[in-house]
Amino acid sequence: MKTLVSLGHFLYNRTATMILIAALALGAVSLLLLTLGIAPTTIAVAIAHGSIFSWQKFSHVLSLWIPLLLCSCGLLFTFRAGLWNIGVEGQIICGAIAATALLREGSFGLPPALILTLALALSFFGGGLWGSCAGLLKNRGGVNEIFGGLGLNFVAQGLILWLILGPWKRAGIASMSGTDMFVKELWMYTPPGWRVAPAALLLALATFALTAFLLGATRFGLTVKATGNNPLAARLYAIHPERTGLAAMAIGGGLAGLAGGLQAACVYHRLLPPISSGYGYLALLVVMLANYRIAPVPAICLFFACLAAGSIQLPIVLQLDSALSGVIQGACVVSALLVHGLQKRHKGEN
Amino acid sequence: MKHIGILLQALVFSCFLLCPAGSPLLAADYPFGLLLVGPANDHGWSQAHFEAGQAMEKVLPGAKMLYIDKVNPADRQGITIPMLVDDLVSKGAKLIIGNSDDMKDGIREAAAMHPEVQFIHISGDDAITGKSGVNLSNLMGRMEYGKMMAGFVAAMTSQTGKIAYLGPLINAETRRLTAAAYLGARYAWTEVLKKPAADLKFKVSWIGFWFNIPGVTSDPTLVTNSLFDAGHDVVISGIDTTEALVVAGQKKKDGKAVWAIPYDYQGACASAPDACLGVPYFNWIPGYTKLIGEAISGKWKQQFLWLGPDWQAINNPATTTIGFMPGNALGDSQKQALTEFQKALAGGLNLFTGPLNFQDGSSFLKAGTTATDDQVWNLPQLLLGMDGASK
Repeated sequence: MKTLVSLGHFLYNRTATMILIAALALGAVSLLLLTLGIAPTTIAVAIAHGSIFSWQKFSHVLSLWIPLLLCSCGLLFTFRAGLWNIGVEGQIICGAIAATALLREGSFGLPPALILTLALALSFFGGGLWGSCAGLLKNRGGVNEIFGGLGLNFVAQGLILWLILGPWKRAGIASMSGTDMFVKELWMYTPPGWRVAPAALLLALATFALTAFLLGATRFGLTVKATGNNPLAARLYAIHPERTGLAAMAIGGGLAGLAGGLQAACVYHRLLPPISSGYGYLALLVVMLANYRIAPVPAICLFFACLAAGSIQLPIVLQLDSALSGVIQGACVVSALLVHGLQKRHKGEN
Repeated sequence: MKHIGILLQALVFSCFLLCPAGSPLLAADYPFGLLLVGPANDHGWSQAHFEAGQAMEKVLPGAKMLYIDKVNPADRQGITIPMLVDDLVSKGAKLIIGNSDDMKDGIREAAAMHPEVQFIHISGDDAITGKSGVNLSNLMGRMEYGKMMAGFVAAMTSQTGKIAYLGPLINAETRRLTAAAYLGARYAWTEVLKKPAADLKFKVSWIGFWFNIPGVTSDPTLVTNSLFDAGHDVVISGIDTTEALVVAGQKKKDGKAVWAIPYDYQGACASAPDACLGVPYFNWIPGYTKLIGEAISGKWKQQFLWLGPDWQAINNPATTTIGFMPGNALGDSQKQALTEFQKALAGGLNLFTGPLNFQDGSSFLKAGTTATDDQVWNLPQLLLGMDGASK
């Protein structure tokens, strides 16, 4: 009975927190919109209409949800290990580059499914390698992972530009539009009427389940958590914080790289300079909004994906700048940080 | 804490009650979509298209424009052309225009997904190469003439003989436009001013895209400044935005004898009129009227339209696709020379006439031969005498 009551209190507190965050964010955004003379309901209806009112639109939302979820899963590993992986954008780019290196060469007469699988494996490896670089810089060079990650983002951006404008440019054209498109047989299969590849969707769901399992139900997950909570105490249990942190960075980078591989193989069918599409930074907001917990991540990713897809309606229907969706995202995160901060303070006073 | 929560929820609820939802899109007989690569008010390429789209609502009864601007991967991260086309089609769009070469892959993909919808891709050539279905046509203006006029007035005005071209990215389109500007400048320099061709310097600097993308392209403001600092006194802009003219205007205010020639949009000189020699611009109304009009009347057929100036009335919005609007900074004698040059072009003067060599010294056109449309459209290199990257 006591357990049930505790569970009830726990769920009540969590629900109340989420409602409070939503109310705060919506209140702030509504006030801003009213100041600008725009009805909040108009915006809400337009965004909902553009994201969830038809399967086609919802499948577009899912195509945005997949890379965001993968990057967020990667960040769960690094945040658990007490590391701020700011280099997700660079890791996405490296994953996309690794996948493109194979896909642009064609299928070699092999089954396309095999080539695509290899390309995605390469993208995981490419992103993981880039994530490991930030980890090694921290372990061996004493470079804070935030600065290391940021620096590596710039390097990755330079690398992708060099490849697109140099060795991988289209015939006779150095174009920011990207490389030539991959041969059509190497586009991931998308059924008629869908705008998302079912295989990519399954891969994202499996990745999330595996992340939840690894972090929540394995010794490795416990090791990562111990490293993040108290690296000094973790050593007493024969845990190597540096090694664990490096593993978390490699996995986090790998998942971001996988997102990059899917962007190249599934969404754009080519490599282009903004292939990371800001998912790295958006995923940081997602995980912060989830208060670094696993369970809320898919729903928050879906909310952000709906905002991104639905915001197209703002210029079309209302002649408003779609950057407004960014304001809503920001308001949500700031509200979450404020509520969590107030809760911590409240607990401290009690 | 609890009270704050209740208060905020009450606030949100009241906001939703107070404000009614907006009206949905108005019904129209023929909705058409317009995807703009840049902002609709960029005083350049995208604004020229936007205003032509607005004009269609008056010229073609029943036509109603739905538009999305800033359609490029940097501004709309994660959003693809097929995604936007799906949305426009769901709103009833029967024809969709993609206004950038950058949209080539996406428009081709979307056209295959929606064979019942007609597409117009600006500046592409899929209708010739056969890379797309019959529901996709191409439209472009013969801006070579506009650029020749730009080069002409640049050379007529320059005091140093050093002219610069602020280029976007390198492709066949930008090479032919840059080469046309050079040929116009060389004609003014050698045939009108009677100066040796070797004394004319023509520098091309590419920024990497049609407009500035911070951290990705070169900054056009910085590039223009460096071009002026290097002694060039006229900068011809080939990008979609007006940075070159804005910089020239600032320097002009500081007493420097520099000028600029913006691009794309008839009203582009407004950013700095006193430094503006004029603007070669696109007027998309004739092309849009023909293609959308044919689609409305059920006479759509796949075609490649490459429309030129109306030499009888070069600034007539109803008939000309390419215009040239002289700027405040253009002197009277130069203006008179420009009129004569326009008359010569109208009379058949073709500056793409040999002998002309490519930048690497190989022969482009032998003496007396003129370039075909295909040779001009697919110009593979810059021309000898131009300083800048060809590939």
